[in-house]
Amino acid sequence: MMRRTWWIYLIGALGLVAVAAPFVWMVLGSFKTQGELLRVPPTWLPQDATTENYEALFSKAHFPRYFLNSGLVALVVTAGNLMFCSMIGYALAKLHFKGRNTLFVVVMATLMIPGMVTFVPLFVLVTNAGLANSYPGLILPFLVSPFGVFLMRQFFLSLPDDLMDAGRVDGAGELGIFARIMLPLTRPALATLGILTFLGSWNNFLWPLVIAQTEDKYTLPVALALYSTGQNAQNFGLLMAGAVVVVIPVLVLFLVFQRHVTKGIAITGLK
Amino acid sequence: MLRRQTAAAWILVLPFVVLFLAFTAGPVLGSLGMSFTDIRQRDLRTPFAVEGVGFGNYLKALQDETFRKAAFNTAYFVVIGVPFTLVVALAAALLLDRGVKRFQALFKVGYYLPVVTSIVAIAVIWRFVLAPDAGLLNTVLGWFGIDGPNWLGSKTWAMPSLIAMAIWRNFGSAMIIFLAGLQGIPQSVEEAGQLDGASSWQRFRYLIMPLLRPTILFTSVTTGIGYLQFFEEPFVMTQGGPLNSTVSVSMYTYQQFGFGNYGLATSMAYILFVVIAVITFIQFRLLREK
Repeated sequence: MMRRTWWIYLIGALGLVAVAAPFVWMVLGSFKTQGELLRVPPTWLPQDATTENYEALFSKAHFPRYFLNSGLVALVVTAGNLMFCSMIGYALAKLHFKGRNTLFVVVMATLMIPGMVTFVPLFVLVTNAGLANSYPGLILPFLVSPFGVFLMRQFFLSLPDDLMDAGRVDGAGELGIFARIMLPLTRPALATLGILTFLGSWNNFLWPLVIAQTEDKYTLPVALALYSTGQNAQNFGLLMAGAVVVVIPVLVLFLVFQRHVTKGIAITGLK
Repeated sequence: MLRRQTAAAWILVLPFVVLFLAFTAGPVLGSLGMSFTDIRQRDLRTPFAVEGVGFGNYLKALQDETFRKAAFNTAYFVVIGVPFTLVVALAAALLLDRGVKRFQALFKVGYYLPVVTSIVAIAVIWRFVLAPDAGLLNTVLGWFGIDGPNWLGSKTWAMPSLIAMAIWRNFGSAMIIFLAGLQGIPQSVEEAGQLDGASSWQRFRYLIMPLLRPTILFTSVTTGIGYLQFFEEPFVMTQGGPLNSTVSVSMYTYQQFGFGNYGLATSMAYILFVVIAVITFIQFRLLREK
């Protein structure tokens, strides 16, 4: 019995090494010089550690600006999803109105539609509205998501109706019942939706790639992708450091909120 | 009473409905309309110059050599990638649920890490991991005397490399769902099997697997929908090369959009949409509870 457990832990640990190795390689590589990155066989630890890659990111490459853009867009998108998805999620779960089921079915059907389908008309629409290369252009199409509606609806369904009836007896209006009684109870669901939306927006790539047309509007993934395919494609140290700047903040955020993330994924997967 | 509820409901759904109509429902229909016209980038200023072409764009797409290649590559990516991702995810979930009692949270979080990171950043890192001479993978293979190929530069190995990376990045997400599914199965099921003398493989195959059916359906559908749209991996790692061996349908659609061929690009997107809908439907038929 002891033997068996020992083997299982070894396999599990090997799996962890396989998952972590590329990240470790990235962090170590970001402190190496270009010459060392090209050396064969490669070195593990930086022989003469340097911060020149990070200095280049922050002086030459405007990464602080991209960082702020990514953060700003992600924050506004997250706020919009928390607000609008909880509003409609509550209406779909707890209020009776004509067209409720149709609305829910239509919204859920769009979960299956690939992003490429809406991409071209959306680009035309946003461009014709004069919003190309602007923050509203980056933010508006993502302020609500079918996934958020689903998550919030499922959570509201699990809350008892008695609470609403008690509010009604006390003379509270329908909107007051939502805002003051029911919404505060959904904090776990809001945490899950908030963290998942923030991560999704931070990592979003295709839309900002076409809408952010000048450097001052680039988000981090756009900047990193353009650097890695453009004239800096061979500047390995700079790319490694850039990847660190894109990845590390979300890793930290995820580690802080990981319970909400894994619980939320499991909830939406099972119901 | 009900009237008050209706009024409140409309106030609560209104912001979502407006944004949804403008940025999702409208474009879905707009895209369908565009796919039957010869609309190009320059037509945006003179919309009346656009003419209907019936199914012309669809025929053109299906006859296009590169589109066919992209469709083949996408099928390759999905047919190999989805089963492997699910097998790795299920194995990891079983390992965590049955084997690892201590440090379970550490393993769970660790395996899930790649899922939350940017595909672009991951693709950049993996380009270095897969580099022919100074890369991590070939160095490790070298310890065992294996001379690894130039993974991303080879027509044979570029696609399997992208698939391996996708498995590495995505298995954590299906693992979490499998884990929740496994934890929902009562202990008594396995104990009954043990009493009847079933081996651990038999218990897994005939007792656990059937109960996991809904979970397998959900993960195969979501993983499948995601993999059918793969885009960032070839965009950053190979630009679709070498010799179009990694160009995907989404990426080729994006390229046609870049050339200004909006009508053709939307028809390609709709072909992908129809394929996704059909495959999802088939998965539901095959895996739904009997």
